[in-house]
Amino acid sequence: MTRFDLLRSPFLARLLRSRWPRLILSVAALAGFVLAIAAGLAGTPVGSRNFGIIAVWIAWWAALILVAVPLAGRGWCSICPLPLPGEWLQRGGILAPAARRRGLGLRWPRRLRNLWIQNAGFALLAISSTVILTRPAVTGALLLGLIGAATVVSLVFERRAFCKYLCPIGGFVGLYSQVAPVELRVRDAALCAAHREKTCYVGGPGGEGCPWQVFPAGLTRNSPCGLCFECLRTCPYDNIAVNLRPFGADLPRPAGRRLDEAFKGFLMLGSALAYSAVLLGPWGEIKLAAFRVGTPEWAAFAGGFLAATFLALPGAFALHVAAGRLLAGPRGNFRETLASYSQALVPLGLAAWVAFSLSFVFSNLSYLWPVLSDPFGAGWDLFGTAVGAWTPYLGAAVPTLQAGILIGGLAWAAGLASRIGHRLLGDDQRTSRRALLQASPVVGFAFVVTVVQLWLLIG
Amino acid sequence: MRPEHLARLLVILGVLLPLVGAAIILLPPLGRNGEVIEVHARVAEDGGWLPSELVVPAGTPLTLRLTSDDVVHGFAIGRSETQAVDVLPGQYSELTLTFDRPGRYTYYCTRWCGPGHWRMRGTIEAQGGGATPSSAAEPPYVRLGLDLDAPHPAPVVPERRPSAIGGEALGIDLPAGLRGRAYYETHSPYQAFQSLREQGSFSRLGDERVWDLVALLWRQATTARALEAGRALYAQNCAACHGEGGGADGVMATSLPGSLGGADDAPGPADLASLESMMGARPALLHGKILRGGMGTGMPYFGPIFTDGQLWSLVDYLWTFTMEYEE
Repeated sequence: MTRFDLLRSPFLARLLRSRWPRLILSVAALAGFVLAIAAGLAGTPVGSRNFGIIAVWIAWWAALILVAVPLAGRGWCSICPLPLPGEWLQRGGILAPAARRRGLGLRWPRRLRNLWIQNAGFALLAISSTVILTRPAVTGALLLGLIGAATVVSLVFERRAFCKYLCPIGGFVGLYSQVAPVELRVRDAALCAAHREKTCYVGGPGGEGCPWQVFPAGLTRNSPCGLCFECLRTCPYDNIAVNLRPFGADLPRPAGRRLDEAFKGFLMLGSALAYSAVLLGPWGEIKLAAFRVGTPEWAAFAGGFLAATFLALPGAFALHVAAGRLLAGPRGNFRETLASYSQALVPLGLAAWVAFSLSFVFSNLSYLWPVLSDPFGAGWDLFGTAVGAWTPYLGAAVPTLQAGILIGGLAWAAGLASRIGHRLLGDDQRTSRRALLQASPVVGFAFVVTVVQLWLLIG
Repeated sequence: MRPEHLARLLVILGVLLPLVGAAIILLPPLGRNGEVIEVHARVAEDGGWLPSELVVPAGTPLTLRLTSDDVVHGFAIGRSETQAVDVLPGQYSELTLTFDRPGRYTYYCTRWCGPGHWRMRGTIEAQGGGATPSSAAEPPYVRLGLDLDAPHPAPVVPERRPSAIGGEALGIDLPAGLRGRAYYETHSPYQAFQSLREQGSFSRLGDERVWDLVALLWRQATTARALEAGRALYAQNCAACHGEGGGADGVMATSLPGSLGGADDAPGPADLASLESMMGARPALLHGKILRGGMGTGMPYFGPIFTDGQLWSLVDYLWTFTMEYEE
C-alpha cells in the first residue's frame, strides 16, 4: 500500500522533532480548558451563553470529530492538555526531565491492561451526557475531574497510564484514529529488533521512553500510539517514519482483535444512535428521563442505554456474524471472527458520529461568537460580538451531507466486511464466494444501522 | 532563559492567564458598587427572582442589571407605568428606577416562563426620603362588604348571551339611576335585570330584550379604550388558565391548582363564560377577586401588580365573554 514519509521534508522533520510546537499547542489548549472550567464553575448557568459549554461541546467537539480524528487520528491526544500537569510532576520537568522520577511509578495492573475501564467511563459519560452537555457547572466539574484524575494517576502509575487505560475521550479517538491517513511506524522493523537498547521504549539521551508504552516496531495500528513523537527523538537510527497513507489502512487487519476493542466499537456506534434519538429525536419523555440524572426515570433510561449498547447491539451483531459463519461454513474461532468483523463498525460508527455531530454543530456554531466576547455570560463584550443573533449555518445542506456521509460509511463498512471475509477465509477463487457469503449478514447489519440513523437524523 | 524554564513559564501562564482574566471579568464593575444591583431570574420552581427582596433609599436612582439563568423572563414594577423589560438567558438588561415615595413595590415576571410563572415576584422596599408612604384606598368589595368566596349564581339567567347591540336597537331611554359607572361597579347584571323588570315601562319587553338592555348598560359604562386595555391584560395574565374565551380551558387549566401553589383539592379556574355565575357577579366582586386572588386556589393576587385603572379595564373586558358588545 502506498505510503509517503512526511519526514522526508526537512522542515516537517524539524517541526516534529522539536518539542516546542506541540508544547505551545498544548499550552494553548490548556488555557482554553482552564477558561472553560472557570466559566463552567463560575459563569452563567445558561449553556448557550457559557464558554465552557460552547467552546467544549460545540467548537472543540466539531474540530475533533469533523477534522482532527478523520484526518490526524490521535492528533488531539498529541496536544491534549489533560496529562500536561501530571506529566510535568511525574517527570520533574517538561523539556528536561529530572534525573529522579517523582511519584510512585507503579506499573499499571496487568488485569486492567485493556479498554474495559475506558469503555465503562465512556458509558458513564454517555448516560449522563444530557446534563453534561447543557449544564456549565457539570462540564466544568467534569473537565476539572479529568485533569485531576490524569494528574493523580501520573503520580501513582508510570508514564501515561491515564491516557492509555482510562481516558474516555482517548478511547473514542483511538478507535477512530484507525481511519486517519497518517501513521507513525518504523521504517525497518529488523533494525529495531537488532537494537539492543530499545531507546524508543526505555528512553535515551534524546528523550523519554514511549509515554504510551508502545514499542514502535510492533505498531500495526494507530490506536495505541499517542503521536507524541518521543520515539523520533530517541531513535539513534532515524528509523521512525510518519507516513501519509490511504484512509482506513488499519481496518482490514483481522489478527489479534480483542473483545474489549470490539465492545468499544459497539459502545461508540450505540452511543451515536442513542444520542441521535435522545438529543435530536422528538421523544420528549426520553429526553426528560435522560436529563433527570439520579431519578428512577433516568435509571430506566440508563438501563435501556446500557442494555442496548452492551447487550442488544453486540447480540444482534453476533447473530449476524454467526449467520455468516453458517452460510459460509464455520471456520476458525467464533470470538476471533466476531472481533475481526467488528472492525466494520469503525467506518460505520465514525460516519454515524460525524452525521450526528453535523446536526448540532453547524446549527449552534453561531453561539461561539458571543461567548468569545463574554465567556462567563457576565455582560462583557470584549470583541464586539457579544450580542450576536443565533444563526444556523449550512441549514439546508446538512441533511444532504448527513445522508452522503452515512451512505459513504455504509459503503465503506460493506467493502471492509468483504475484505475481512477474504482475509479470514482466503482470497482464491474457491473461497471468495464463501467469504462474500460470510460477510453478507454483517453488510445487512450495517445497512439496517444506516437506515435507522438516516431515519433518526433526516427522516 | 533556559528552555526548560521557558516551558514551565508557558505552562504556568497557560493556567494563570485564564484565571486572572476570569477574576477580572467576575469582579463587579468599578465605581458602580452600591448603585447597581444584579438580579437573576429563574423559573419559580428554581427560586424565582434572586434576590427577591431589595431595600433601597427612596428618591435615589437604582440601577438593576437583570439576567436570566434559564428561560426568557420579563421584569416590571407593579402598579406603575414603567415599561416591562425582557430578561434574556445569559444576557444583561439594565434598568434605572427611582422610587420617589417610600413604600413597598412589587416586581414580577411578565413572560410566560413556566407553571409557576405567577409566583415569580419580588419586593423593593423604598425607605426614608422624607415623603410619606402612599396609603391604599379601601377596595370596593370591602366597602360593600362582599364575600369574595361565596358562590354568586343569578337566580334567573338569559337563554343566550345578552346583546348590547340588540339593546341599543330597541331605542329605549334607560333609567338615569341605572346608568353610569357608580351603578355598574356595585351591581350585578341580575340586579340590573330585576330593576328594569320592576319598572312598569319595560313590562311589554320579553326577558331576552331586558337582558339586552342590561348588556347595553354594561357597555355604556365602559369605553372602547378600556376594553382594549382589558383585552391586552387578559391575554397576558389570565388567558393561560381561564382560556382565550373565558371558558376555564386555558393551556394551564389542567395543571391547576396544585402546581401553582394552591391546595390539591382546590377548584380549578373560574368559568368566566358561565352566564349563571357572571350574571350574579357584581363588577366590584370581580375587581376584589383579581385584587386579592383566590385564597387557596391557584389564582394569583394582582393587587400589587395592576393599577386601579388596569383592574377596572380587566373587569370591564370580562363581560365580553357573556355579553355581546359588538357585531
